[in-house]
Amino acid sequence: MISFDRVSKRYPEGHDALREVSIDIARDELVFLTGHSGAGKSTLLRLIMLMDRPTRGRVVVDGRDLGRVRARGIPRHRRDIGVVFQNHLLLNDRPVFDNVALPLVIGGYDHREIGRRVRAALDKVGLLERERAMPVTLSGGEQQRVGIARAVVGRPRILLADEPTGNLDPALSAEIMHLFEQFNQVGVTILIASHDLVLISRLHHRTFTLREGRLVGGGAH
Amino acid sequence: MARRGDGSRRMGASLSRALLRDRYRAWQQHHRLSAADSLHRILESPVSSLLTCLVIGIALALPVSLDVALDNIGRLGGAWDSPAQISLFLGAAPAGGSRELAAQLHDREDIARATFVPREQALEEFSGLSGFGDILSSLEENPLPDLVLVTPRKDLSQPAVAALREELLALPEVEEAVLDLVWLQRLQALMGVGQRIVLAMGGVLVLGAVLILGNTIRLAIENRREEIVVVKLVGGSNGFVRRPFLYTGLWYGVGGGLVGALLVTGALWYLAGPVGRLAASYDSDFRLAGPGFMGVLELILVGGLAGLAGAWLAVARHLRAIQPR
Repeated sequence: MISFDRVSKRYPEGHDALREVSIDIARDELVFLTGHSGAGKSTLLRLIMLMDRPTRGRVVVDGRDLGRVRARGIPRHRRDIGVVFQNHLLLNDRPVFDNVALPLVIGGYDHREIGRRVRAALDKVGLLERERAMPVTLSGGEQQRVGIARAVVGRPRILLADEPTGNLDPALSAEIMHLFEQFNQVGVTILIASHDLVLISRLHHRTFTLREGRLVGGGAH
Repeated sequence: MARRGDGSRRMGASLSRALLRDRYRAWQQHHRLSAADSLHRILESPVSSLLTCLVIGIALALPVSLDVALDNIGRLGGAWDSPAQISLFLGAAPAGGSRELAAQLHDREDIARATFVPREQALEEFSGLSGFGDILSSLEENPLPDLVLVTPRKDLSQPAVAALREELLALPEVEEAVLDLVWLQRLQALMGVGQRIVLAMGGVLVLGAVLILGNTIRLAIENRREEIVVVKLVGGSNGFVRRPFLYTGLWYGVGGGLVGALLVTGALWYLAGPVGRLAASYDSDFRLAGPGFMGVLELILVGGLAGLAGAWLAVARHLRAIQPR
C-alpha cells in the first residue's frame, strides 16, 4: 500500500532528513514509525502527503508513483489519504461539525450525505453530542478525536498520524490508539509516527525505527 | 469502502457521465457556499466593510460624476438656439438695396431672422471692441462692407445650413458668406478633451480601486492563512481555496459600485435645485440628467469587475505562496 524504495531527502540547507530508506507497508496493516525527534519521521510522512518531494528514490502509495503526480494532482492525492496531526490543525472559528465535514465539502458531497457521514464519524470517536461545540471549548483529547473524525470521514484507505498522542496522558493515549486499531480492523492501512515507546511496545504491531534519517529497525513485530 | 473513483472505472461510460454531473453539482454547490460565506464574513464586520466600499465608491463616483457633468453640458449645447449664424458680407451696393435684401431674406421660410448691419455701425462696433479706434478713425474710408446676419431656422440640420450658405453666397449682392460654427466646434473640442480626461481619470481610479481591493483581499488571505493550510492539507484544490476570496472581491466591488451610484445620485439631487433656478433665470426648462438605471447597473458591473480583478491579483500572488509546512 505504501512503499519507499531507497528514498533519500536532503533539504536545501544540506541536512539529510532521510537516507536510503526502503519500507513496504501492506494493505490493512497498522505500522508504527518511531525515532527521536529529528530522526526523519515527519519527513517520511510529508513525502507520502506530497508536502515534499524526495531527492532520490521512489515512493508509491496505493499503486500511485508519487514521482508522476504533478502539482495539479496533489489535492486529489491528498483526498485519498486521511491525516491526523499532532497539533490537531482544526479551524477554530467553526464548530466541530464543520471541521469534520471539511473533506466532504471539498470532495463535493451532497449535504445530506455529508450530515450522515459526519455524524457517523463523530459517533465513532464519541463526540456526537459535541457537534455544535467550538474546538476551543474542547479538551486536548477531544480536539484530537475531532481531528481523527475529520481524517476518517472521507473513508480513506490510508490513514497517517503524526504524534497523535503527543500531548495526551497515558489513558487518553491508549484510548486514541484503540480507535486507530478499530479503523485498522475495517481495512484501513495505518501509519502512526510516535515516540511513545512504552505505548508502542504494549501494542503488538510492526514498528519501523529511524535514526538520523536511516532505517535501523523495521519489519519486526 | 465505496470509493467514487473506483466505481466509475468499473461501471463505464454512463456512470462517468453521472460522475461528471455530480462534480458539476458539487462545483455549483461550492460556488453557492463560497458566495454566501464570503458575504456573511463581509457583513460580520460592517464598519470596515463599509469603509472599503466607500473607498471604492468614491474612486468610481469621481469619473462617473464628471461624465454625467459632461453629458449635461453636451445636452445644454444641443439645446441652444441653432448655433449656426451666417454672416453675409455684401459688395459695394447702395445701403438701401442691402436693407431690402435683408428684408427679403427675413421672409424666407428656412431663415428665422436676418439682421442688416450697415457698414457705419459695423465700424463703430469694431472700433469700440477692438481698441483700434484711433487707427480706424485715421483711415479716410470705411474699410468694412455692409453685413447681413442670417440665423437659419432652428430645425435645420448642419448640412442644410451649409447648403443654405452656398445658396446665399450665389446671390449677386453677396461677396462672402461665413458660417460661424467656431464656437460650437470649440465646445465640441472641449467636450472631447473633457471626455479624454474622464477616460484617463476613470482608468487610473478604477486601477486604484483594483489595487485597493487587491490589498484588502491580501489581508483577508493573511488572516485565514491557517485555514488555507488546513484546507490544502485535506486536499482542497487551488480553485477551492481561491473561490471564497474571489467572491469577497466581487462583493466589495459590487458594494463599492452601489456606494458610487448613491454618491452620484446624491450629488445630482443636491445640485438639482440651484441648477433649476439658474436655468429658470435663462428662461430654460433645463434639468440635470442622472446616470439613469442602465448607468447605475454599469457602475455596479464595473465595481464588481474591479473587485474580481483585484481579488485575482491578490489570489494569484499570495495563495500559491501558502503551502503546508
